Amino acid sequence: MTDRELMWRIAGGSGDGIDSTSQNFAKALMRAGLCVFTHRHYPSRIRGGHTYVEVRADDAPVRSRGNGFNFLLALGDSFARNPQADHDTIYGNEEVKPLAENLDELNEGGIIVYDEGLLDEETLAAAGVDLEARAEENDWHVYPLDLRGLAREHGREVMRNTAGVGATAALLDMDLDHIESLMEDAMSGEILEANLEILETAYESVKADYEFTHDWRAPTGDHDEQQVLMSGSNAIAYGAMDEGCRFISGYPMTPWTDVFTIMSQHLPAVGGVSEQVEDEIAAAALALGASHAGVKAMSGSSGGGFALMSEPLGLAEMTETPLVLVEAMRAGPSTGMPTKPEQSDLEHVLYTSQGDSTRVVFAPANIRESYEQTRTAFQVAYNYQIPVVVVYDQKIQGELRNVDEAFFDREPNPDLGATLTEDEIAEAAHHSSGKFQRFRHDPENGVSPRSIPGQQGGRFLATGNEHSPEGHISESPTNRVAQVNRRLGKLDTIRSELDERDHSHQTTHGPADAEYGIMTWGSQQGTVFEAVDRLREAGHSVKALGVSDLMPYPEAEVTEFVESVEECLVVEMNATAQFRGLTQKELGRFGPRLASLLKYNGEPFEPREVVEGFETSIDGESTLPHESMKFVPAAGD
Amino acid sequence: MSVFSAIDDDREIDQEEFTPGIEPQATWCPGCGDFGVLKALKQAMPDVGRTPDETLLVTGIGCSGKLSSYFESYGFHSIHGRSLPVARAAKLANPGLEVIAAGGDGDGYGIGGNHFMHTARENHDITYIVFNNEIFGLTKGQTSPTSPKGHKSKTQPHGSAKDPVRPLSLSLTSGSSYVARTAAVNPNQAREILAEAIEHDGFAHIDFLTQCPTWNKDAKEYVPYVDVQDSEDYDFDVTDRREAADMMFEAESKLHEGEVLTGRFYVDGDRPSYGAEKRAVGEMPEEPLAERYFDEDAEWERSADLLHHHR
Repeated sequence: MTDRELMWRIAGGSGDGIDSTSQNFAKALMRAGLCVFTHRHYPSRIRGGHTYVEVRADDAPVRSRGNGFNFLLALGDSFARNPQADHDTIYGNEEVKPLAENLDELNEGGIIVYDEGLLDEETLAAAGVDLEARAEENDWHVYPLDLRGLAREHGREVMRNTAGVGATAALLDMDLDHIESLMEDAMSGEILEANLEILETAYESVKADYEFTHDWRAPTGDHDEQQVLMSGSNAIAYGAMDEGCRFISGYPMTPWTDVFTIMSQHLPAVGGVSEQVEDEIAAAALALGASHAGVKAMSGSSGGGFALMSEPLGLAEMTETPLVLVEAMRAGPSTGMPTKPEQSDLEHVLYTSQGDSTRVVFAPANIRESYEQTRTAFQVAYNYQIPVVVVYDQKIQGELRNVDEAFFDREPNPDLGATLTEDEIAEAAHHSSGKFQRFRHDPENGVSPRSIPGQQGGRFLATGNEHSPEGHISESPTNRVAQVNRRLGKLDTIRSELDERDHSHQTTHGPADAEYGIMTWGSQQGTVFEAVDRLREAGHSVKALGVSDLMPYPEAEVTEFVESVEECLVVEMNATAQFRGLTQKELGRFGPRLASLLKYNGEPFEPREVVEGFETSIDGESTLPHESMKFVPAAGD
Repeated sequence: MSVFSAIDDDREIDQEEFTPGIEPQATWCPGCGDFGVLKALKQAMPDVGRTPDETLLVTGIGCSGKLSSYFESYGFHSIHGRSLPVARAAKLANPGLEVIAAGGDGDGYGIGGNHFMHTARENHDITYIVFNNEIFGLTKGQTSPTSPKGHKSKTQPHGSAKDPVRPLSLSLTSGSSYVARTAAVNPNQAREILAEAIEHDGFAHIDFLTQCPTWNKDAKEYVPYVDVQDSEDYDFDVTDRREAADMMFEAESKLHEGEVLTGRFYVDGDRPSYGAEKRAVGEMPEEPLAERYFDEDAEWERSADLLHHHR
């Protein structure tokens, strides 16, 4: 972070094009050589209501949302107007929300552009917004512009977003080149011409007609790598496809739908199949059936849908059918808050389904890890014949970041893992009756290689009941113990294989000899790392650890980290400290050193909140600046 | 040697190949109708020229689910009600496989009812055998979705207040392209219908009446059994949906009135299977998905090829 960074927030109603506008703006900033990061906030409704997207950009790397924001483009909610009645009749004060609801987090000295064509002073006053007073108090620079009128005049009213972007560029003294070339990529004909005209007119008129009261300019950057702007969903989908996944089945549920739709769009073109089915039980069962028949397959859902998948998940464990499931967390319990992130499904993904869990769980922390760990998930699933769950949340799902294009330029992997050819089946272990021993007790690494239906001589029965080496139902105590030990033993082998890889997905940040530690998992990693930078600037001796492998748990790495510090604060987005609980269970004796900073209001942490939480924790006081957070001291305190 | 050479295996097949060599004796009760399904299926396989290695039998849970233990082929003994989704995907993954799904009336018309409806709607090329004995057997005699109204059991001691599911009509309206009913007491008809269903290109549903000698003794007393194809009293066109629907309605009404109608109720040989439809709209490649992984010449596109959208 630098003091030049741009934290631009565009706010409006759902369906007003906030998403596409912000995406293009972020891309334009990326093309201008900046590092970008977006944060998306939206309600669970199709049109109208209050939605915003933040685009943070800087010449230094940005890895989380910022502390508040410094530029607000408030467009009003065009769907608040009643089309049945007079065009200017609005429902309640919804139209004011994009302005009114964003003021609390706007930083001192920030810029406001609001659509005068939608929100006049009278409307604002009626809604109880005294913009003038608040602007004065916070040293805000306010530019009311008739974006709606301008758009109407040169094209269509819906193009007011474009006018807003033009105004932004003028106020921040940015070049229009990248924005224009993106528009040219995305549209053509009259629509393109109208948009370009609106963009330029807004730009010119703001430059010509307004006296700027601010002197702040957009940052400039010089990234020379070829960059691409990706979401976590893109990264998971591409990781799966690069790893040879050619079958996906699912049922729509926010926020999982994103990965599902991306895969559905691309799979047929690369010779794969996507199936939208009747429910999530079917979705996971289909993936299981496809995998059993020799295809790399994936399914997924969000909390409530994943609950339905617990049956097929257990069946995959017992039948040792490779399977990758993704779980996109949102706030729970039950349907909870459909469009808000939370990290409260951790225990659900670790322990759902009957019996002792023989599964692997990964929790990517960012776009790069989303791609890498999805690839690893398939390798582990197919090499070890085990279900692997990739758990992430609505935050990673929707955030856009720039990544070097070369990062994705890797060889695809069609290897089906521990699977035999017909020649190998002929040589493999068979029962004296000639029956292929699919689940033999004593294979290397606990993995008994499988045959695929249709292969000569490889017949076996896969069953959810405990079974003999040939796959027949068996309740023999000796067989039972041998099979359980073999299945559970795979987890140890997987842990050591993951440890031997070139790079670990447990990431440390900060000096090795720091006095205090902050630990987190999944999507909050970037925020925590930025908080550590800020804390260190403020003189604290602190470092951080982001954990992205959850089961098997990276006991050695976490132990080393926790042992090396005085006390460790665990930061996570849930109310019951689920990751701290897991860590205490895995590490036992270090439990008393762990304190918790929790947030569960539907918003991810901002770096400053982690900073404040850390300061609270080392002061030993349990008062926090925000009521949305909870501090739970270490048991040893 | 090819990857799935069993699929090209077209030698003479003996039904004894479908008898497993090593597993324990069937745990079904003496006199159970399930023996009839097993026997008919073993007989039908040589009739259609399918070998154990090219056949995948997916079963649910319960007495019927044990079919995959006593029938030699690739087997997947899944979970209660879920045989169809597993079977569907296996067929999509490798269309060369002969995929047969089987389960009981609770499994297929109760807990798996939703999957039944959708599998029929999509017309997957699989054969689905529902062992219908109108009772939950393995859980010891509770009322099932096909038990007659008024049926008394430990869980409905006052007599069930529910009308039974109408499996044939449900199957037809859901979209099955082949619907038949046969019974364990009609071994010759059962064998013929099974062979026909397996050869049918589309979703073939067989409501297979089985008796439960332990929990539903009444089911044995279904007399007389009338074959609708053999009887002059029941002349209808099996390819006509409306006539088939009328016939099914009659069969389902008479089931508990002392006359059991069996035979083919609906056959649509023209409707393309789901796999064919999916290929036709470009949602599925021509070559079997499962073969790709064994094909050294297969080209694997990379995500890097898609990145231009993200620049």
